[in-house]
Amino acid sequence: MATYQITVNGKRREVTTDPSTPLLWVLREDLKMTGTKFGCGVSACGACTVHLAGVAARSCVIPISHVGDRPIVTIEGIGQDSIGRVVQAAWVDTDVVQCGYCQSGQIMAAVALLKHTPKPTDQNIDESMGGNICRCATYTRIREAIKNAAAQIRKGDA
Amino acid sequence: MVASMNHDLNRRGFLRVSFAAAGGLFVSLYLGDPRAVAQDGNQPPQAKVYPPDAFVNIRPDGKVVIQVNRLEFGQGVQTALPMLLADEMDADWSNVIATLAPAADVYKDPVFGIQMVGGSGSIAHSYQQYRELGAKTRAMLVAAAADRWGTTPDQCRTQNSVVHGPGGRSATYADLASDAARKPVPAKVSLKNPTELRLVGRKIKRLDSGPKCDGSLKFGLDLDLPGMKVAVVAHPPVFGARVKSMVDDEARRIEGVREVFEIPLVNGTGVAVVADKFWPAKQARNRLKIEWDLTGVEAADSAELWTRYKQLSLTPGNVAVSNGDPKAMDQIGASNRIVAEYEFPFLPHAPMEPLNTTIRFDGDRAEVWAGSQFQTVDQMAVAEVLGLKPEQVTFHTEMAGGGFGRRAVADSHVQREAAVIAKRLRGTPVKLVWTREDDVQGGYYRPMHFHRVEVGIGSDGFPAAWRHVIVGQSITAGTPFAAFVVKNGVDSTATEGVADTHYNIPNLHVTAHHPKVNVPVLWWRSVGHTHTAFVMETLIDELATRARMDPIAYRRKLLKPEAKKLLRTLDLLEKATAGWRKNLPKGHALGVSCHESFDTGVACAVDVSVEDKRPRIHRATVAVDCGLAVNPLSVESQFQAGVSFGLSQLMAKGAITLKNGRVEQRNFDDYVPPYIVDAPIAVDVHIVPSTEAPTGCGEPPVPVISPAVVNALAKLTRKRYRSLPLVSI
Repeated sequence: MATYQITVNGKRREVTTDPSTPLLWVLREDLKMTGTKFGCGVSACGACTVHLAGVAARSCVIPISHVGDRPIVTIEGIGQDSIGRVVQAAWVDTDVVQCGYCQSGQIMAAVALLKHTPKPTDQNIDESMGGNICRCATYTRIREAIKNAAAQIRKGDA
Repeated sequence: MVASMNHDLNRRGFLRVSFAAAGGLFVSLYLGDPRAVAQDGNQPPQAKVYPPDAFVNIRPDGKVVIQVNRLEFGQGVQTALPMLLADEMDADWSNVIATLAPAADVYKDPVFGIQMVGGSGSIAHSYQQYRELGAKTRAMLVAAAADRWGTTPDQCRTQNSVVHGPGGRSATYADLASDAARKPVPAKVSLKNPTELRLVGRKIKRLDSGPKCDGSLKFGLDLDLPGMKVAVVAHPPVFGARVKSMVDDEARRIEGVREVFEIPLVNGTGVAVVADKFWPAKQARNRLKIEWDLTGVEAADSAELWTRYKQLSLTPGNVAVSNGDPKAMDQIGASNRIVAEYEFPFLPHAPMEPLNTTIRFDGDRAEVWAGSQFQTVDQMAVAEVLGLKPEQVTFHTEMAGGGFGRRAVADSHVQREAAVIAKRLRGTPVKLVWTREDDVQGGYYRPMHFHRVEVGIGSDGFPAAWRHVIVGQSITAGTPFAAFVVKNGVDSTATEGVADTHYNIPNLHVTAHHPKVNVPVLWWRSVGHTHTAFVMETLIDELATRARMDPIAYRRKLLKPEAKKLLRTLDLLEKATAGWRKNLPKGHALGVSCHESFDTGVACAVDVSVEDKRPRIHRATVAVDCGLAVNPLSVESQFQAGVSFGLSQLMAKGAITLKNGRVEQRNFDDYVPPYIVDAPIAVDVHIVPSTEAPTGCGEPPVPVISPAVVNALAKLTRKRYRSLPLVSI
C-alpha cells in the first residue's frame, strides 16, 4: 500500500492503494467516479479512456504509481472544457448512444482528436477513434457527431 | 434511479393504473416448471389476476414517471414505450421520466408471460398495452376534472398534462392526480386516430442520452452499496470440469482479500474470491493454484466438430419442411446444380459491460441488482439457490451495457453464481464481476453451424429443387423453451429463415441435425437468421448472377406475392439507391440482400471495395418495413448500428474456436469485433410508410449485412465466400 496525490478534473485527491492498481479502478472504486468504464482490462477497447496531461490514455493499464503529477481529466470533468462541452452536446443532438456503455471513452477520444485536428477527415476519425469499440456499433453516428462538433467549434461555439 | 422509484411508489397522491391481460394468444410460460402450458385463443385464458401496480406516477411537481416493463440495453424501449403511453395520456413529454421496472407479475410480457426482452418483441408486444395504459390514465384524470367542475368528461379536452373544461377552466394533471387515483380504472378506452398522435411516428430523441454522455448514468457494474464486497470466480478451463485441489495461500496474502472458497457452478465447479475491491480480487484469482478434474468431461474441438458436422450433413436429418417431390433434384443435370457447403463458427456476444450481478442476502429476504433480459427467470433462480420464495427476492432491473441475448439465459448461471457467494456472505452485499476473459471464454455462444445445400436450377434460371441440411446444436435443448420451438426433433430457431423462406422455391426439403456438444450455446442477436440469411442470400445472389439478372429484380420475381413486406422494401431500396447503385467508382461493387425476421422486412445494398485485403464499406442503404415506426429516429439508429454489429460475423478474428476443450480466445485482442474502420462510412435508412402494427427492430438489421457485403466481394474477386469468419478474401 502507498499513498498518492493525484489531480482529477482540477481537484487534488489522495488515495491509499496498492501501487499496481490501475488508474481505472482508483477512479471507479476509491474515488467513486464510475463514468470511466471497465471493458477489457488490456487496452483493447477504449471504454476506460481518460486524458492524462491532455493525451487520451487507457486508464485500465496505467498503474496508479505511474501517474505522477500528470493531471487527469475524466468524462465527469470534460464538460468544463469548451471543446468537451461541444462534443457532449453534439453526441446528444446526434442521438448517438444506444447502450451507452462505451460512450464515455468515445467522447474522451473524440475530444482529444478535435483538440489537435479541428477539421478531421474520415481518415483522421478512423485513426483517432480506431481503438474504441462500440459493441452496439453506433459508428456512423459517432462519425456524424464528430463532424457536427467540428462544425460547431469552427463556428466559434467553443 | 431505482431507489427514487421505490420512494415514488410509496408517495401519497399517486395514480395507480392496473392492467389486465390482453386477449388472444396468451402463453403462460413458467420457466422451471416442465408442465408449462400454452393456451391458444380458442381456450379462454385462465383469469390472470394482476396485483394493483403502477405504470404511471404523476408527481406533485408535474413530472410523469413511467415504468418500463423491459430492460433497456441500447434498443431504445426506455424512450419508445413511454412515448406510446404519454401520447395517449396527453402528457407533457418534456416532463416525462422513464424508469426500468423491477421484477413483478404486472411487468411480464403480455405475450410471453415472463418479464423479458427477446424476440424483438418489446414494442410489438407492449404497443397496445402502453397505449391503453395511457388512454386509461387520461380517462381517469378527465373523470376527476369533470367531477370537480360538475360537468361531463366529453366537455373536457386534454393537452400537455392539463385538462381544459368549459368556461376556460383548467387543471394540471399533478393537481388532479390524487382525485383521479380514486376513480375506477375504465375497462375499455378508445385510442387516438393516427392523425391525433403527437409523439408516436415522430423522431424523438432518447431520454437517456444526457446521463450516458456525462458519465452520470449508473450501469449494473457501477453499483456501490455500503459495505459491499466484490467477487470474481475462477471458472474451469474446460466446460464442466471440477476443482480437484486448490492452493490459495498466495491469493489470501493479497491485502483486501476476504474469502476464497470453492463453489458449485451450473457447469462444474469453480473458486470464488471475495475482496474489498475488484483489483485485489482479480490479483488473488491470478495467484490461485488450481488442479482441475477433467474426468468424464468432453473436450470439444472445433476442427473435430467440423469433420463431424460435415459427415452428418451428408445424410438427411429430422424433417423441418418437405414440399413437393423429393426426387425432383435427380431429374436436374449436374451442370444445372450448385452444391454449397457453409461453415459458421461459435460467436460470443461480448457486450461492452461485462456480466455482473449484485446480491444482498439477509436470511429471509434478498435483494438483487442485475441488467437482466430475463428478470422472472433470474429472480426464480436466485430464490432457489437461497431457499427463498421468488416474492422474497426484490429484483432491480439495472441499465445494461449491451446484451444481444447474453443476458437472457435459461439456466441463470451468472445469477446462480452470485447467489451462492451471497449466501456465504449473508448480510453483506456482494457484486460478482465477470472479467472480459470470463466472458469470452465462458460459453453461451451462438452455436457452430454447418449447412449443405443442393440447388437444382430450372431452365428459367430460378430454383426448381432445393435440398438443405443444417447441422448445429439446439439452443433450446434442455430448457423449458424446447417445448415451444422443437418439433419432430427440429429446433426451429436453427432452421428459421430457410424452412419458412419467403422465396417461392418448389421441391424444398430442409432437414436438421442437432448434435450434443459440451459447449453451452445461446441465442445471439437475430438467432438462426445469423446463419440462415447468409446461406439463402448468397445462394440467391449466385443464382441471379448465373441468370444474368439484376439482383433486386431477381429477388422480386422469386418472392411469394404474400411476402408483402420484403417486396415493399425491395421497391424502396431500388428507389433509394437509384442515385448510386449504377454509378460506382472503379474497384467498387454493389452487393444486395433482403431478409425478413421477427416480422420485419429488410432490404440492403452496399458499396464495397477491397482495402488492405479487407472489405471497405463506403455506403449501406437499408429499406425497412417494420409496420408503424413508433420512433423513426430510433428505428434508423437500430438499423444504422445493427448492420455494423452484423459485420461481427465477417471480422477476420470474429470467431470463438476450441482446441482440446479449451477456448482459444481470451479478450478483445484475439476475439475482435468491428471497430469504426470496419463499419460502413455512412448508412442511410428508409422506412416504408405504414399504419400496420409495429414489429421488431432490434434483431432484423443483423442478418442482411454480411451476405450483402460478400455478394459485392464476389463481384470483385470472383470468389464465393462460404466459411465465416472472413479470414482472407
